[in-house]
Amino acid sequence: MITKTAFAGSGGQGVLSMGYILAYAAMRDKKNVTYLPSYGAEVRGGTANCTVCISDEEIASPVASAPDYAIVLNKPSMLKYQGIIRKGGIMLVNSSLVDAKAEREDIEVIYIPANKLALELGSERAVNMIMLGAFAAKTGVTSLESLAGGMSDVLKSKSAGLVDLNKKGIERGAEYALHER
Amino acid sequence: MTETIFKRPKYLKDAVFHYCPGCGHGITHRLVAEVIEELDIADRSICVPPAGCAVLAYDYFDIDVGEAAHGRGAAVATGLKRVLPDRIVFTYQGDGDMAAIGTAETIHAANRGENITTIFINNGTYGMTGGQMAPTTLVGQKSTTTPGGRDTKRDGNPLRLSEMLALLDGTIYIERVSVTSPKNIRAAKKAIKKAFQIQMDRLGYSLVEVLSPCPTNWKMSPVDSCKWIDEYMTKTFPIGVIKDNSENK
Amino acid sequence: MTEKVLMSGNHVIGEAAVRAGCSFYAGYPITPQNELTEYMAGAMAKLDDGTFIQAESEIAAINMLIGASMAGARVMTSSSSPGISLKQEGISFLSALELPAVIVNCMRGGPGLGNIAPSQGDYFQATRGGGHGDYRNIVLGPASGQEICDLVTKAFDYADEYLTPVMILLDGMMGQMMEPVVFPEYRDISTLPEKTWKIDGAKGRPRRVIKSLLLDVNVEEAHNWKLVRRYEQIKDKIQMAESYKTSDAKLTVIAYGIAARIAKSAVDRAREEGIKAGLLRPVTLWPFPERSLREAASNNTEFLVYEMSTGQMIEDVRLSLNGSSRIHFHGRPGGPVSTPADIYEQIKKYYPR
Ligand SMILES: Cc1ncc(C[n+]2csc(CCOP(=O)(O)OP(=O)(O)O)c2C)c(N)n1
Ligand code: SF4
Repeated sequence: MITKTAFAGSGGQGVLSMGYILAYAAMRDKKNVTYLPSYGAEVRGGTANCTVCISDEEIASPVASAPDYAIVLNKPSMLKYQGIIRKGGIMLVNSSLVDAKAEREDIEVIYIPANKLALELGSERAVNMIMLGAFAAKTGVTSLESLAGGMSDVLKSKSAGLVDLNKKGIERGAEYALHER
Repeated sequence: MTETIFKRPKYLKDAVFHYCPGCGHGITHRLVAEVIEELDIADRSICVPPAGCAVLAYDYFDIDVGEAAHGRGAAVATGLKRVLPDRIVFTYQGDGDMAAIGTAETIHAANRGENITTIFINNGTYGMTGGQMAPTTLVGQKSTTTPGGRDTKRDGNPLRLSEMLALLDGTIYIERVSVTSPKNIRAAKKAIKKAFQIQMDRLGYSLVEVLSPCPTNWKMSPVDSCKWIDEYMTKTFPIGVIKDNSENK
Repeated sequence: MTEKVLMSGNHVIGEAAVRAGCSFYAGYPITPQNELTEYMAGAMAKLDDGTFIQAESEIAAINMLIGASMAGARVMTSSSSPGISLKQEGISFLSALELPAVIVNCMRGGPGLGNIAPSQGDYFQATRGGGHGDYRNIVLGPASGQEICDLVTKAFDYADEYLTPVMILLDGMMGQMMEPVVFPEYRDISTLPEKTWKIDGAKGRPRRVIKSLLLDVNVEEAHNWKLVRRYEQIKDKIQMAESYKTSDAKLTVIAYGIAARIAKSAVDRAREEGIKAGLLRPVTLWPFPERSLREAASNNTEFLVYEMSTGQMIEDVRLSLNGSSRIHFHGRPGGPVSTPADIYEQIKKYYPR
């Protein structure tokens, strides 16, 4: 089984670190992974996206024709990814920043007011982990424990405070996605 | 009893120079070989010759030699010296090689303060390719590509690379010499020796510019060539120490 | 480091080079390979005898490599397409001077300034010898993070063994993509064969000259034949290719690098639909893995060459197969990357009925 997940938003929203942390967590769980970021001028232009593939087998293409999942943090990204996500796939939308509704009927769309939830936790820096927690809870691509473990491996040398906040973010996102929508 | 007062320097191979009669390359080669012998550095010296009339320097200097493409001597020497910091690495380059195609490599090696030595032959022309204009060709001087003489409007002005390099913090010692008379040749040897000594003392970049006759392309006799250097060339390229920071180091 | 680390291709190149004993790096910034230059700045600073130089140009960088290689160090430079064009003079000299060096080209869209998107447009330049003269270089085309590591390690050994520059040819996407990699132990370079040709001062030995100027035409010819014999030896010894589901394939896709990864997914999809597709992925681009191609051709397959360029590698495919098989082509230049779905469509289009 291979899953391909796209992350998209604008630069500075933590899109790339979201993807990196997911890939890292899956690698820790002994999965094959690829993490493919957009780079260079594309990033400078204001949009950022990346694709993470996770599989038990060798991963052939790191490029997704039609991702299984997408996490989108702004409106242009939602408009783009709602067009290419595979039938039956899941799209998670940060509804704090995207006022529109997705138009496809054949995918599941989950709206998470991530900025609002993050502020309740004390900082908007938790937005991306709230989205990631919601994603993990809804898709089961990785467990919440793995995600939190991977995140803390990646960030612990940087800031212990951020690790705590992010842990709360992952839990809060999962809780919201499963129980409060 | 006879005494040998003039012999081939130890580190100049027993080969006949291919240089034209009266050419400054031969004299300068001799001076460099004498200095290498006097400083006793032959077994740790590496020469990087140019593309130019001196391309065959490996046929003459009896030491390790590593070739560089046209103009790239300073970069090749940088690589050698960084890997072998206790060896003596010098480039031997013409004015086209150094002041035209290799300007960037030269300026940046000097600016990094690479601890190398450069012997810079300024003969105001592209000798090897048959006498075209060099960056150092004097205003009004004829060459095969300036048949009516160098015209500043069309061809720009003579480039004083040594003075330019002297502005860089990375350079320690720069002197311009000529090889037109016994007195000048003695001064040239002194300068070359000092340049090598500076490298041996690990002080940084040193360069000796040699005003060097090219009778063949100047279409003059060797004697007239020397006169021409003394009378005309030195007006644009005055001889003497251009920079000496070695005492402050 | 036997544990897996998640690293970008550019960083993998740097780490693998350091572990292979590379102690000299010179380079000039250009996207999409800057992460490698930056990595080497840090890595070389940590070595006792490491040198990192941010050169004033790609020309200077490759010439610094020439000097450092003459002095006996294991050396590497890297760049992307426009910078590799500038290095061609130096690559020709390295080849002529028989100097080992590793050169990385993280290809981007071109010609000209082009863009920074992934491309395979420099295949000809790399495999034909983009500089002047009758020479060839070993060119390796990795397709995964682990393979980048393995091939960089090999590249240093090949360079020393065959006295030639070795190019690692990948594209911007391979450079940026992260995958888990397990690195080999550090190479103790004191155990490598002594470089009896290097110049480091003629102390207690006859002096040495490293030069390529051979004015006597007979000497130059003999030198060229010597290189040719070495190239023949390389062709014989190091051809590498990956064959994937080729044994019963009726249509075999030929692609290298990231394009092969994309094609592999397309092949899998085709197989699910009962289409007998396969993939043959050249790993050595020079020498081109002719033997693997001929072997595949003997199974009566047709071929579909897929490149992120408009028809470069296909020439090597044609030369290898020499008219024995039908060859189709799909290429896409300039930077956009095809998806597995696109290649699947191409497989269906050309699948023999
Ligand atoms: C890339 C390149 N361009 C051109 C040449 C041809 N070339 C060889 S020597 C030379 C000029 C030599 O003039 P200079 O450096 O002044 O040295 P001289 O021969 O006068 O001593 C030229 C243009 C070359 N070898 N390589
Ligand atoms: S052409 Fe000029 S520089 Fe060259 S050898 Fe003859 S005199 Fe000397």
